[in-house]
Amino acid sequence: MDRRDTPFLILLALPAVIVFSAFFLLPLARLVMVVGEGRDGLATYAVVLTHPRYLESLVATMVLSAGVTAVTLALCGVVGVFLTRNRFFGQRLVVAMLTLPLSFPGVVVGFMIIMLAGRQGLIGDLTQALTGNRLVFAYSMAGLFVAYVYFSIPRVILTVMAAAEKLDRRVEEAARSLGASTWRVTRDVIIPGLAPALVSSGAICFATAMGAFGTAFTLATRIDVLPMVIYTEFTLNANIAVAASLSIVLGIITWVALAIARSLAGTTVSAAA
Amino acid sequence: MTGPGLDIRLVACAKTFTDGTRALEPLDLDIAAGETVVFLGPSGCGKTTTLRIIAGLERPDPGGRVVFAGRDVTPLPVEKRDIGMVFQSYALFPNMDVAGNVGYGLKVRRIPAVDRRRRVAEMLEMMHITELAARSVDQLSGGQKQRVALARALAVRPRVLLLDEPLTALDAKLREELRIEIDRLLRNLGITAVYVTHDQAEAMALGDRIVVMERGRVAQVGTPREVYLSPANPFVARFIGTLNVVSGEAADGHLHLPGGRLALNGAGSIPASGRLSVAFRPEAVAVIPLINPGDQPHPDGGLIGTVTAAFFLGDHIRLVIDGAGESAIVALAPNHHRFTPGDRVHLAVDGGAMPFAEG
Repeated sequence: MDRRDTPFLILLALPAVIVFSAFFLLPLARLVMVVGEGRDGLATYAVVLTHPRYLESLVATMVLSAGVTAVTLALCGVVGVFLTRNRFFGQRLVVAMLTLPLSFPGVVVGFMIIMLAGRQGLIGDLTQALTGNRLVFAYSMAGLFVAYVYFSIPRVILTVMAAAEKLDRRVEEAARSLGASTWRVTRDVIIPGLAPALVSSGAICFATAMGAFGTAFTLATRIDVLPMVIYTEFTLNANIAVAASLSIVLGIITWVALAIARSLAGTTVSAAA
Repeated sequence: MTGPGLDIRLVACAKTFTDGTRALEPLDLDIAAGETVVFLGPSGCGKTTTLRIIAGLERPDPGGRVVFAGRDVTPLPVEKRDIGMVFQSYALFPNMDVAGNVGYGLKVRRIPAVDRRRRVAEMLEMMHITELAARSVDQLSGGQKQRVALARALAVRPRVLLLDEPLTALDAKLREELRIEIDRLLRNLGITAVYVTHDQAEAMALGDRIVVMERGRVAQVGTPREVYLSPANPFVARFIGTLNVVSGEAADGHLHLPGGRLALNGAGSIPASGRLSVAFRPEAVAVIPLINPGDQPHPDGGLIGTVTAAFFLGDHIRLVIDGAGESAIVALAPNHHRFTPGDRVHLAVDGGAMPFAEG
């Protein structure tokens, strides 16, 4: 770079620097300071890990997000490959339906889960008629799980389909000619071929599930996922320092997950090129 | 090494795709054990479909059968047929290194790691790529990739090797080099091989027999010599090598053309008179430079024309000559002659002109 250009380049970068500082760095710094100014000072971070309620909600949120990610990837991996490999009547409609949740906010998704598995829900009516007992799971982790899987599907399935489209069928045929069974081909050829797409879309799925709030809020106030705990600490208990420290922990975990995925996807992408 | 190959019999193998297009008309063919058969034809002629039916990647239409060494394998999928395949696009496993690729079939067959390593080393050595063992496949050149693909296909000692345009993606020099290598392998291993290509030079060099295909049908089956010297129909004649076709009026045992006349000897089927086409290969033409403007064609048969282009190709000169027939005639001349466009030449066609029915 030419030395004379430097002032000009700084000038060009200035708007981005201002926006980044005003809307990201300053609030973040403030958040860190809030934690420091709280009753326990920086020890508040330790509370997150030592206090059973916070720790439980942190673990529960991570388990839920990991579970949602695993189920969504498995589901979308199979369906995505199927949809790219088979042409049938109504296929476009199926794809369009699967991507529909993209247009719904979390609140609407929560509402739909209540309609499905709530006290007046479809599944409740059905189980009542069949067994005499109403099956109601909308207002629990199970309901949240279903809701998160539902709204994670579009992001993952579109990425998987794009990747599946690019898989070279000849490589699968080569594996089969060498004696590999369908299962072997899936394990040795298809999954490695889809790996970059699965890792990157899985990371986004995990991060979204970690931070999602609207759906949980619609379903029940008792669900102890981290965003809900932050909300209650902040608004109801006015425990601002703890809310801030929980926010920072949530942010760091999500960021680390995305960073790991990026580096993993990077290496697999270069190996697959 | 690999045991002798097995014989393959195709019985009434046809293929109609789900959209109704007929890719292959019913085909019957016997391939002897250890033989190399080359399917040759333009794209869309059904040659790759035939290969895929032999492989088990496509099912023939009901009624068609694929028989390996007397055993009907039609219902068996590709993974149960014990074949090796090589593709135009190499189709290597990008998530494995070279040794991993070559050893994959052995791994699937649960060969113990020690034996597997030994066999992989043996294969790499046979293909002269030992030093590439630990390389990732995206670090290889096209030629190296195809060597890996061949090693991978042969590692499991298949009794049939199927090659689908394996050299098409390579540049000319590598293609020649690898073609010689493949020829050596097929001879040494005694494996039955089916090779698909659209390149007639490759077909001639590798095939014990060539199956020329056109629009889903077999146009001719024969040795390279038979297919070249006695093509079954105009399509085969034109597809294999260069062919000159001239038409004119036949009278008193000669074909009369703008540049003179050609003796019609041999074949009794030639009509004594009327419009007729004959064909001959460029190498059947003897070219003599003319010096005097008043020179006449040889009374026993000969044509006079003008050189419009001369290509010095090293071992011979390729000439394009106008004025002798209604269209340009291609001829080969020895490389010690010198021709420039505009030169007048005398052409004599060596006995081998074939009567030619325009198809």
